[in-house]
Amino acid sequence: MGRLPHACPVGELPDPGRGPAALWQALRLRIRRRTLLARALRRRRQLTALCDRTAAIRPGDILCFLCLRNEAQRLPFLLDHHRGLGVRHFLVVDNASSDGSDSLLRDQTDVSLWQTGASYKAARFGMDWLTWLMLRHGHGHWCLTLDADEILVYPHWQTRPLPALTDWLDRQGQPSLGALTLDLYPDGPISQARHAAGDDPTRILRWFDGGNYQVQVQPRLRNLWIQGGARARAFFAEAPRRAPTLNKIPLVRWHWRYAYVNSTHALLPPRLNQVYATDGGELTSGVLLHTKFLPGIIDRSAEEKARGEHFADGAQYASYYDRLIRDPVLHSPASSRYTGWRQLEALGLMSRGGWV
Amino acid sequence: MSFGVVMLCHTALDRAAQVARHWAANGCPVVIHLDRRVPEAQRAALAAALSDLPDVRFSARVPCEWGTFSLVQATNIAATQLLASFPQVGHVLLASGACLPIRPVAELQAHLGAHPDTDFIESVTTADVGWTIGGLNKERFTLRFPFSWKKQRRLFDRYVVLQRRLGVQRRIPAGLVPHLGSQWWCLTRRSLQAILSHPDRPRLDRYFRRVWIPDESYFQTLVRQVSTRIESRSLTLCKFDFQGRPHVFYDDHLHLLRQSDAFVARKIWPQADLLYRTFLTELPERRAAPNPAKIDRLFAKAVERRTRGRPGLFMQSRFPTRARGGNRAAATYGVFQGFAQLFPDFHPWLARATGARVHGHLFAPDRVEFAENERVFTGGLSNSAALRDYNPGSFLTNLVWNTRGETQCFQFGPADVQDVTRFIAGDSNARVFIISGAFAVPLWRSARPAAAVRAEAARLQKIEADLIARLDHPEAKANVRIWSLAEFVENPAEPLMQLLDDLNPRGSHRDVDLPPMIPLLGFGAFLQDLRNQGMHPVLMGDFPIDFGSKSAPSPLLRLK
Repeated sequence: MGRLPHACPVGELPDPGRGPAALWQALRLRIRRRTLLARALRRRRQLTALCDRTAAIRPGDILCFLCLRNEAQRLPFLLDHHRGLGVRHFLVVDNASSDGSDSLLRDQTDVSLWQTGASYKAARFGMDWLTWLMLRHGHGHWCLTLDADEILVYPHWQTRPLPALTDWLDRQGQPSLGALTLDLYPDGPISQARHAAGDDPTRILRWFDGGNYQVQVQPRLRNLWIQGGARARAFFAEAPRRAPTLNKIPLVRWHWRYAYVNSTHALLPPRLNQVYATDGGELTSGVLLHTKFLPGIIDRSAEEKARGEHFADGAQYASYYDRLIRDPVLHSPASSRYTGWRQLEALGLMSRGGWV
Repeated sequence: MSFGVVMLCHTALDRAAQVARHWAANGCPVVIHLDRRVPEAQRAALAAALSDLPDVRFSARVPCEWGTFSLVQATNIAATQLLASFPQVGHVLLASGACLPIRPVAELQAHLGAHPDTDFIESVTTADVGWTIGGLNKERFTLRFPFSWKKQRRLFDRYVVLQRRLGVQRRIPAGLVPHLGSQWWCLTRRSLQAILSHPDRPRLDRYFRRVWIPDESYFQTLVRQVSTRIESRSLTLCKFDFQGRPHVFYDDHLHLLRQSDAFVARKIWPQADLLYRTFLTELPERRAAPNPAKIDRLFAKAVERRTRGRPGLFMQSRFPTRARGGNRAAATYGVFQGFAQLFPDFHPWLARATGARVHGHLFAPDRVEFAENERVFTGGLSNSAALRDYNPGSFLTNLVWNTRGETQCFQFGPADVQDVTRFIAGDSNARVFIISGAFAVPLWRSARPAAAVRAEAARLQKIEADLIARLDHPEAKANVRIWSLAEFVENPAEPLMQLLDDLNPRGSHRDVDLPPMIPLLGFGAFLQDLRNQGMHPVLMGDFPIDFGSKSAPSPLLRLK
């Protein structure tokens, strides 16, 4: 077997390999997965439990895992939305918030909170901490892993809560759900929008790019690699390879042996990454509405640029932060206005698959 | 005469209790068979919840596993008890704990009252069923199935293959004609009694014990021996996905279920409060006009979405391999090479004649030349060349997907970025039109000496020849028409009409002006010059040196 290509564009996905080379590859991935789990075990010492209500978790509950820093603005809506969808318990790692996020979380009866002041970047952007919590509490549950600026929607979400979705996925033998991160933005400069904590962010972030997503598959883990959207168009038009990865696998029926490899973009073992059909059909998938471009992003970008905790190679992304700080307008005449999941499905950004 | 209900329950017992209460309150006795594997605490809770209803009874329990004879056994036990305990029962309806009556019980009573001798059971000969999954129809009756389909799938499949290869077959008992059908039926007391007290029943049961999914064949087969009148349709609405698993109905299906002509629906999601609340309390006049075809269509579309998807869409849950449509855009699109070089007004002409969106060179090296020079095109496609070249296949499929309903046309040429040609050549939706050698016309018109443009001409010719070779490859699927420049200028009207036909086969464009072509007087000499410089211009065809001097075809010719 020759070396696998880094990524395969549309129509060029090779069949999974067989024979000794594939076995060797599988062995390497197994070692990698164990290494990730070992890291998570080591880094659990960085976490201090502020309030541990995990004893309230019942078998079959849907759990939500979050790692955040200074998100008091977004948290109330985030918790409400996903609570409404049927998340029964939130397990949150607070990375040294200073805006009251921690006390806000502590007051919720369905939140267990851990705190750490250690480096986000050194903990694989928080994934080591979450991997430990998932290993400890997630086994056997459907686990939703989110960033604080992500809101999960999926076909029929208003009428069918998450347990209906996970029941459907269970019956389909689909252990994980794919979702596209969809950048939402306001119609003018970012700083112009007004948003109070608890407001539905989609009321001011009403626009998105409807059809400029580049899809590839990375054959080693057979995970998708989708880039594009408003950020690629506005900030990475000259360096598209560096544009943010938009595909995620936020919802997984967890087993303690599993591990996210790279944010929630890909997992090990690799079969969990197969959230797409290769036979021409469509599997059920969702969208993570990305509320990054609320007005606070401008100050935050200045801060993050200085902290350098968000990208493996921070210097490469300096110009990205600079453009964000300059209060850009992401809206264009070709932008689509968000009206709901049916629109996203019609545009092909998500699919109900066979779930009617 | 009333009817009685046999309910097979194993989960969501609170819902089962609610429905049993509904049946009983409307005068229908119920016998519940509870899966033996249900824990005692849950059984006790169910029994307590229904203890005030004398007409709801519990049968003896057997452990039930899907696909095995235990389900038939459970049905037989409960049905025997029902017939014995409630002599007034005329029909017996078989339901599960996840079934919900979607029409008033009185309507079902009236329906059965009007057909006192009819057995409502779907019963189709094995030769005629089209819906079984995995290709096992007749073989359900002739092979052996010792392994569990759910837990030992591999062994199950291999053993089936092995038996087929060895040609071993079980003998179907004499007089039995295998029939299949939905497991949810409504039989008359007479037929059901005849099946349950069949003189040969021990032998038949022994045989059906080894049949696969006997609950879909036991009653369906035996009823053919005892019934006087069969209506082969189930009174229970039950839809299956492409793997043969039943669909679940949710609250948002309320309107749909109201349009069903069935009396009972299966399966209902236990948390579908709205459905349970509505159908267990609703008054009959709220019903919409029955439209069962609409329900069929919706679920047929769901199967299609899951198995065939939307062609030309590439996204997070659809990424087909090449063989399964991975190299296909959503609709036909036109690729034009060499036309704009000959016709200065080609864009507006093509847009007028076809009604298509006509772009410039979408794959120009410096930027994407969208129609109207837009900087951001439909769907947010950027005119950045770097973004486009990062994944040209995605760029093109996105463009075609975003503009479904409007044909896209664009110019292409050997000076453009060529990476996308691999995709275009493999795409059966591509309509590629090439005037080979036309790339030399702008070189000639630049009025630079042949010696200066020789190298450029040779480079472009090489690129164009590679493209033509790629399009000619036996595995290429694009619809391609190539004219050499010499061939084309001899009679430009014919190819132009041809391409309009190809792009819009049903259009009527018989009365279109041809675009004015630039005069080519002197181009032949230019080619000769190139030859003299040592280049070998072949793609233009046999272009006459004196072309245009006297008998050039009039490009303004109007077709009749």
